[in-house]
Amino acid sequence: MAATATSTAVPAAIDRKAVIQRYATHVILLGVAIWLGANLINSPSQFFSAGMVGLNLGMLYALIALGYTLVYGIIELINFAHGDLFMLGALFSGFLLTTVMGQEHAGVLGIVLLLVTIVGTMLFCGGINVALEFVAYRRLRRAPKLAPLITAVGMSFVLQFVGLKWNGSTPKQWPSVLPEGSFGVGKFQVDYSLLVVIAVTVPVLLLLRWVITSTRQGKAMRAVAQDQDAARLMGVSVNRTISFTFLIGGALAGTAGVMYQQVVGTTAYNLGYQLGLIAFVSAVLGGIGNIGGAVLGGLLIGLIQGFNDGLPFGFGQKWSQSVVFAILILLMVFKPEGLLGRPSTEKV
Amino acid sequence: MSGAGGVIETREPMLELDEIHVYYGNIAAVKGLSLTVYPGEIVTLIGSNGAGKSTTLRAISGLLPVRRGTMTFLGRQLNGVPDHEVVRRGIAHSPEGRRIFPRMTVDENLDMGAFLRKDKEAIAADREMILELFPRLRERLDQKAGTMSGGEQQMLAVGRAMMARPQLLLLDEPSMGLAPVLVDVIFETIVRIREQGTTVLLVEQNALAALDVADRAYVLESGSLKLHGPADELAEDPEIVKAYLGG
Repeated sequence: MAATATSTAVPAAIDRKAVIQRYATHVILLGVAIWLGANLINSPSQFFSAGMVGLNLGMLYALIALGYTLVYGIIELINFAHGDLFMLGALFSGFLLTTVMGQEHAGVLGIVLLLVTIVGTMLFCGGINVALEFVAYRRLRRAPKLAPLITAVGMSFVLQFVGLKWNGSTPKQWPSVLPEGSFGVGKFQVDYSLLVVIAVTVPVLLLLRWVITSTRQGKAMRAVAQDQDAARLMGVSVNRTISFTFLIGGALAGTAGVMYQQVVGTTAYNLGYQLGLIAFVSAVLGGIGNIGGAVLGGLLIGLIQGFNDGLPFGFGQKWSQSVVFAILILLMVFKPEGLLGRPSTEKV
Repeated sequence: MSGAGGVIETREPMLELDEIHVYYGNIAAVKGLSLTVYPGEIVTLIGSNGAGKSTTLRAISGLLPVRRGTMTFLGRQLNGVPDHEVVRRGIAHSPEGRRIFPRMTVDENLDMGAFLRKDKEAIAADREMILELFPRLRERLDQKAGTMSGGEQQMLAVGRAMMARPQLLLLDEPSMGLAPVLVDVIFETIVRIREQGTTVLLVEQNALAALDVADRAYVLESGSLKLHGPADELAEDPEIVKAYLGG
């Protein structure tokens, strides 16, 4: 935008704006690097633990952000109900693991039942997401963009009130089956729970990558995302492909729900609003529609939040959201398409 | 079917459109068009901009609904067949504006053309045949399709449609926006595609070149059939020459 505006201005102005455009991102990154370096020198162990917290958050955000980005990539809808789907996933996880299966402690059985819960919650959230698309968004596919968007906001409230009925209005505590304690050298400690989160998230992301690049359904997804009519001519069923995308996005939100419920141990009906919004920011930061971007954006925001909240020179937890959004706004000014996104001019 | 009368051919028609009407919203784009394609033919649909040529192809492919009239392909009704099922019936469509998948490689695009096929060996053989038809594509197999030139993208669009091993190939403006040298290449390829046993229904603005390769032609004017006949006769019809061939 800014670049086209300057083309009519005097040459000197073009130069200055171009220079600002080019180096602003570098200056911001340099500033962040100096800030991180100062913290690292000041207190290496605190830096390390803040980084671990950030990594944990980041993987959660990445899993949720993927759901936003997959759906946006295929039907250009920002599915505002996605955060609330994650919240329902967290509730279902507690319900299945503790209420139904009665597991309250760590141990081998705990891990096995945790895996069962993950699969169950993935199916649960995937199913709800497919149903949402079928009931609400599919009818509006040819309607003006605003109609499905408003419907998504409405769906967000519907899911939130389901959560309110299910969870109650006050936060609910759950026992964790994740192993307690940590390991490491001296002050550099890694929680076992973080290991479990990594052990779940990384394979899930690799599986997603494999589905998208190598399976028939994945190819159909990419084809529909790039040109719906052309995909139809190849014999791709667009409806089925969109349903599949919602299934995958929902399953990822379900995985995040289990992780959150287990690591944090508390659920609330309005969980989806806050985390969903931050995950959405992650997807935009990475370049909405770009799958690698959603993971990168999620990890970056998680780390930023972790460092901001836990470092001696940070702003502290009460400024957490302000810092995240300030970074988003700065990036949007200088790189509106997101870190890995394509410039919007390419899309015609 | 009444194709056995004293019409042009006594063979069974491959594709038969009977008085079809196609609408965009409330606007009629094709009004009562009838058209027949026999196996092994190259039939061309010519006419000015907005005459309803592309609309006809899009209706055959199921991308647009037919409001009235019937479409029959190989003796089976084609109306109401879901868009993604049409290619399974044996009709592949290389659409107007190429519509290749820009962020997939050339190889992946060709792969998408064979999306519904399971016969791996035959697919590999067809891929080889297409790469021989368009050697340029072989050089660019790993390139993102969106970064190629218009001519290369056009070759890819035709090649991708061929990957479905169709009985009937619909080609929409394959010469649009191409350099004259490439236009020749494309039309030569159309003739070779027919030689390999694929029937072709060709929509073209370049009426001269289209009539040159086609057996028969239909001339459309604002959604209706104006006249039809053997391509070489139409190419000499003074009215056609004046209206479409710039004579």
